[in-house]
Amino acid sequence: MKNKYSVFSLIKNALSQHENWQQAWGNPEPKKEYEAIIVGGGGHGLATAYYLAKKHNLKNIAVLEKGWIGGGNTGRNTTIIRSNYLWDASAGLYDHALKLWENLSQELNYNVMFSQRGVMNLAHNLQDVRDLKRRTHANRLNGIDAVWLNTEEVKKFCPIINTSPDIRYPVLGGTLQRRAGTARHDAVAWGYARGASEMGVDIIQNCEVKGIKRNGDKVEGLETTKGFIKTNKIGVVAAGHSSVIANMAGLKLPLESKPLQALVSEPVKPIIDTVVMSNAVHAYVSQSDKGELVIGAGTDSYVSYTQRGSHNIVEETLKAILELYPIFSRMKMLRQWGGIVDICPDASPIISKTNIKGLYFNCGWGTGGFKATPGSGDLFAHTIANDEPHKLNAAFNLNRFVSGDLVDEHGAAAVAH
Amino acid sequence: MFLINCPFCGERDQSEFSSGGEAHIVRPKQPTELSDDEWAEYLFMRKNIKGIQFERWNHVHGCRKWFNVVRNTSNDKILSVYKMGEKPPVNYK
Repeated sequence: MKNKYSVFSLIKNALSQHENWQQAWGNPEPKKEYEAIIVGGGGHGLATAYYLAKKHNLKNIAVLEKGWIGGGNTGRNTTIIRSNYLWDASAGLYDHALKLWENLSQELNYNVMFSQRGVMNLAHNLQDVRDLKRRTHANRLNGIDAVWLNTEEVKKFCPIINTSPDIRYPVLGGTLQRRAGTARHDAVAWGYARGASEMGVDIIQNCEVKGIKRNGDKVEGLETTKGFIKTNKIGVVAAGHSSVIANMAGLKLPLESKPLQALVSEPVKPIIDTVVMSNAVHAYVSQSDKGELVIGAGTDSYVSYTQRGSHNIVEETLKAILELYPIFSRMKMLRQWGGIVDICPDASPIISKTNIKGLYFNCGWGTGGFKATPGSGDLFAHTIANDEPHKLNAAFNLNRFVSGDLVDEHGAAAVAH
Repeated sequence: MFLINCPFCGERDQSEFSSGGEAHIVRPKQPTELSDDEWAEYLFMRKNIKGIQFERWNHVHGCRKWFNVVRNTSNDKILSVYKMGEKPPVNYK
């Protein structure tokens, strides 16, 4: 790497008042033609370009981003990373990603602040207890660390939780994945952008795709706001806007795009050193390194591209947070925002070829794509380079909606991530 | 968050309603004749439009009746409301 970040580069740049840091990634104009174009410069798209260049030796690649990189859902999520999914296919996919996370800062020479602080999922009724115990067993059979905690152990692990049996949804126990945790979302996008740019990938911001040029059943290029760009391979990683791009190629996808909200509080001293999630009352919370509580709410029930979200959703989440953590009752919320998530009927992603040659989709991550960023990029790059899925993403093909071989993760994933 | 003009109850808050997704997806007349592709199309594939969308809503915490709405999904503005069985308005494409 030309400009490797290290303690020496830090000292060297400190001596020149930090005025001589190199730009972390380039800002090129699009060429006339590329071997492959990735549509969408979020974490997944940049990771795809990075692994295409690194592992599959494609050198002439572009990433097109209609806004700025990492400005979509990559910069809007609550940064939770875990792999304790129920089904074998999901366990394989998400644990592959988790293993990449564990070495990502070294791999990218960029501190993504990956913190394995553990993720705890609470059970509030007997069915939750049965489901979560079943999931714990399934996880362990797949080699994923998972433990069941009873109410006392939950209290011991996170003392600020209200475990009184008198609350509306009492805590009957929970599961814990200790290898799970959080990372700094912007750093993931920036780190992959820097790594990809270093290997010659053109990252083109403020360039929106307006059309896909097809010749019969294969793609020939993209119409963009910066003109026509020729290519034979298009990888679409456009999250909430996947259907919009699919429609340009005359395809329909099994997706619905909905606003998902999150909010952060004013910063306070360290109070919660893990991530606690509760699917039943729909509240999850962690604390950022700045000290803000990071709270995830649910999706709106209707299709919308507004990036806002409804107040009643936030209200429900905060009610649940207050009952579980009475200590937060006087906290002030600082910011609230929404991102558009593309939800599949089985709550599992699509990393797949399509029936149009050279057109690939990586979408349907719904409410929980951030955790999969490195794995998603790696497997999508493999799929694009070889025109065949990797065995870890073979189950996540588009054809499963025809064959009926769905990966139903609603119980394990649903809305809370 | 927005108001929906229920054709039976008048203007109410969106939180009283439940979204039924894309409208005018016709239930197959001969389910036994359908191929797997046609089933996938009927059950799962959606236009998921950014822009003007025809959709169904149910006033679930009110009169509990279903009806159709034309809404712009990029700003949540409702352009038209019409009852089940009525022809969709033609001036929106």
